[in-house]
Amino acid sequence: VMGAAGSSVSGQPSLLLTCLHICPLPGVGCSSVQQKIYVQLNKTFPCVRLLNATHQIGCQSSVSGDTGVLHVLETETDLDWVLSSGPNPPYVVLMVAEHFNRSTMMKLKGSARVAGVAVVISKAGPAQGFSPHHSCPNQNSGVYSDSYGPELAGCNVTVWNPLGNSLSYEDFRFPIFSLHEGEEADVIRKCFLDHNRGVNGSDPAYPLCAMQLASHMYAVKDTATCMRRNDIQSRFSISPEFVCDALADYNVWSSLKPLNNSGKGHLDGESVVIAATRLDSRSFFWNEAPGGESAVGGFVTLLAAAQALRAVVEDHPPSQNILFTFFQGETFDYIGSSRMVYDMENGKFVIDLDNIHSLVEIGQVALHRNGQLWLHSDPVSRRNSSVRSESTALNLSLSVAEPDVSQPLPPSSFQRFLRARPIPGVVLTDHMSAFSNRYYESLYDDAEYLNVSYPSGLSPEEQLEYVTDTAKTLAEVATLVARSLYKQAGGLDDHLSSINADPKIVTQMLYGFLVQSNNSWFRSLVSPDIVKNLGDPVKMPTWLVQYVLANFTGTLRNLTQTQCKNPEDLEGESKDLYSYFWVQGPVPPNSTQGEGYCVRAPVRLVKAHSPAFELHQYSSRDYSTWTESRWKQIQARIFLVASRDLEMLTLGVGVAVLLVSLVVTYFINSKADLLFSSSRETTSTAY
Amino acid sequence: MPVAVFFGCAFIAFGPALALFVFTIAREPLRVIILIAGAFFWLLSLLLSSLVWFIAVKASNPENVSLQKGLLIFGAVFSVVLQEVFRFAYYRLLRKANEGLAAISEENLSPISVQQMAYVAGLGFGIMSGAFSMINILSDSLGPGTVGIYGDSQYYFITSAFMTMAMTLLHTFWGVVFFDGCEKRRWWVIAAVAALHLLVSGLSFLNPSYEGSLPPAYVIMVLMAAWAFFSSGGSLQTLTQVWMCESPFLSILLYSGTTPILHKCQGVAILWN
Repeated sequence: VMGAAGSSVSGQPSLLLTCLHICPLPGVGCSSVQQKIYVQLNKTFPCVRLLNATHQIGCQSSVSGDTGVLHVLETETDLDWVLSSGPNPPYVVLMVAEHFNRSTMMKLKGSARVAGVAVVISKAGPAQGFSPHHSCPNQNSGVYSDSYGPELAGCNVTVWNPLGNSLSYEDFRFPIFSLHEGEEADVIRKCFLDHNRGVNGSDPAYPLCAMQLASHMYAVKDTATCMRRNDIQSRFSISPEFVCDALADYNVWSSLKPLNNSGKGHLDGESVVIAATRLDSRSFFWNEAPGGESAVGGFVTLLAAAQALRAVVEDHPPSQNILFTFFQGETFDYIGSSRMVYDMENGKFVIDLDNIHSLVEIGQVALHRNGQLWLHSDPVSRRNSSVRSESTALNLSLSVAEPDVSQPLPPSSFQRFLRARPIPGVVLTDHMSAFSNRYYESLYDDAEYLNVSYPSGLSPEEQLEYVTDTAKTLAEVATLVARSLYKQAGGLDDHLSSINADPKIVTQMLYGFLVQSNNSWFRSLVSPDIVKNLGDPVKMPTWLVQYVLANFTGTLRNLTQTQCKNPEDLEGESKDLYSYFWVQGPVPPNSTQGEGYCVRAPVRLVKAHSPAFELHQYSSRDYSTWTESRWKQIQARIFLVASRDLEMLTLGVGVAVLLVSLVVTYFINSKADLLFSSSRETTSTAY
Repeated sequence: MPVAVFFGCAFIAFGPALALFVFTIAREPLRVIILIAGAFFWLLSLLLSSLVWFIAVKASNPENVSLQKGLLIFGAVFSVVLQEVFRFAYYRLLRKANEGLAAISEENLSPISVQQMAYVAGLGFGIMSGAFSMINILSDSLGPGTVGIYGDSQYYFITSAFMTMAMTLLHTFWGVVFFDGCEKRRWWVIAAVAALHLLVSGLSFLNPSYEGSLPPAYVIMVLMAAWAFFSSGGSLQTLTQVWMCESPFLSILLYSGTTPILHKCQGVAILWN
């Protein structure tokens, strides 16, 4: 998942009069009035606004949130009720995931009677598949354009994601939140059933159950506008408030033989095979992107392949170097790979584009049927014969085939490299033409879809160790990848049989990245102060991949913690060639913390920040210009609303009381001398 | 529109108090001072009683619901008693101040009488009590929702506003009666005021059955209004005099030629002209 740097600053609305709302004694059933009125919904995920060079996508709400009468969508008549016949607009629609499709959402988008949508996400996705992404992902940022393979551009030959309905790329003017099946969804349904259904077909009577969704986004229009506003803020404001952030994270790279990080640009005599994959994915909602098949399957395979190659790297290293790269931000017009290519072109990376011998990319590989994998290559550069011979030289042990000669490359990071240089390369996938992933870039692309399931009754530790079938098949793919890389890098055939990926490691990685990242194995891999950040499985951070890769490709060094931080002066240690990590290590059974070890590995992070922001070309067509808006408060809550008549009656009564009391007081005051005269002097009665 | 509820409830709760302030207090700086000092005394009494309640609650078991309810009742009773104690303390303070005011004035007469001080002090107590009851609820009425999702009555805001109005006026009348009782050394009056205050507070425990708490409170308010009227120098005679003579009824009677009342009113009419 790509993260915008420091996007959300959460704060409370500052009403002067809310100071008395603090409930000091939570256990006593504190009767603060707010607690009587609102039911907060805590486990919700909003849809946020993203901007690029030309458009804004996502959802927006008004500053304090959009309120609407709740209506549960179950049938077509319910949709009519919301759009035309219901007597109390605006409505907030609660729908189950089956109705969350393009036709319904477009009808709701066009209506002025809709104040928001809440989607209840079930465990399994709709049977026919669901993908809110484009049907032709990244079509304008790949290599195929009017000047390069124009007949292949724009998915003319193959529609890669036929189930894609582009819902994620629509601009909604109302908020859309998601919640999972469970207690909160039941509370909402109960509120609707109790209050919002009329008796015997009549209109429902007030008070009605309503929902308020607040997700106000500060950025508007496009990236250039919000960057300009950021600029104004930083220049003229004492405490600048930015409105958006560029999507940025880090790419992880590692090499089989260490490269000197202080030398940038062309490296003489070095020829490198790049093994690439992507780390990120997205869904319609913010920060919810399991990305099982689209991302996790691929990078777990590559990690396992890196670990498998360790067996031969010491004794029989290949003649060329292998560079493992894990790109972030590929979903949003190839942020990571475009940045790396840019750095290589401008001599800011350890190697140059001329140093690249070939490239092997792992695409979506986890759903292959009957062990059938496909190797995609670029038909345009294959016309050059030298490139073709390199492509077919890969020796393959699983059944791998090549699709039709005239088919273009699927969306992959390799396309960005081809934009710069005609490098020979292949993309390994489990689909021949269209994706076999029916939930591409959606919430349902999770562990269950990949069949990563465990028998019931296992404890978390047992689940961590249990080898699923998916893990076994992915391990075979990883073995294939490792052996192909070894051969491609000039290794000898004799040693191929000793390269084997371990299914145990693959299953542990799948468990950690798809089910629960706070497990004992991950805890032993990371440094002691980061252990507490291991939490939600969905928010997989880049540094976790870094630590796993360090564990696979690194060696233990006998250094203390302070030495591990600054190893420059020590013999045999070099910060130029390696990175040093202080990791916790396995926790002994009788204590809570591991001893701590120093691991040395040739693993580094490089910035994955689109070159458009470096060059200040915010309307660039060449590079990704995606930014994410900032926001202050995101919340959802339900409550009852009173009828307008009652409210006006209250106001009327109030005004009447005020007027009457003013009149009566005036009269009493003007006659006060007379009214209260009995106890004072009695001169007034003389006449 | 939730703003309508906010203003409606604000006017209901504070309308009479605002009218009383504007017409009787705002023009006289001395009354303003007494009003604010009275409010402050009420605030002190609330602070002390809430401190006692808070300590009691913290020292007790939070899980025991009946104990907490009992502590709440104890807290309310203690608060009422403390409010009356502070009212008495304020009375003593004002008496002392009155002597000082009389000493510095030219005619050796205090510019303000004890009854007027009693009324202003009571109003000060009432306004502060109303503010503390109502401001929290008013700020919540600005939000889009109304009370009810947990099964409470949806008329919560309005009934709170009416109760607050009743309490404000009740404090005013109790102030008048209390000071009068202290002046004339009638201690049973003080006991009666305290008992009525306890009764009205106790009635609020009957909520949310608002039929049980609001009408009795208003009945008590009307009775207290009458008592305060009579103890501050009013009588039926003066009432009928004002009602008959100074109202539009006069012109009707003049034209209809009802002589006896005219005789009675004439002197007054001459004085007025």
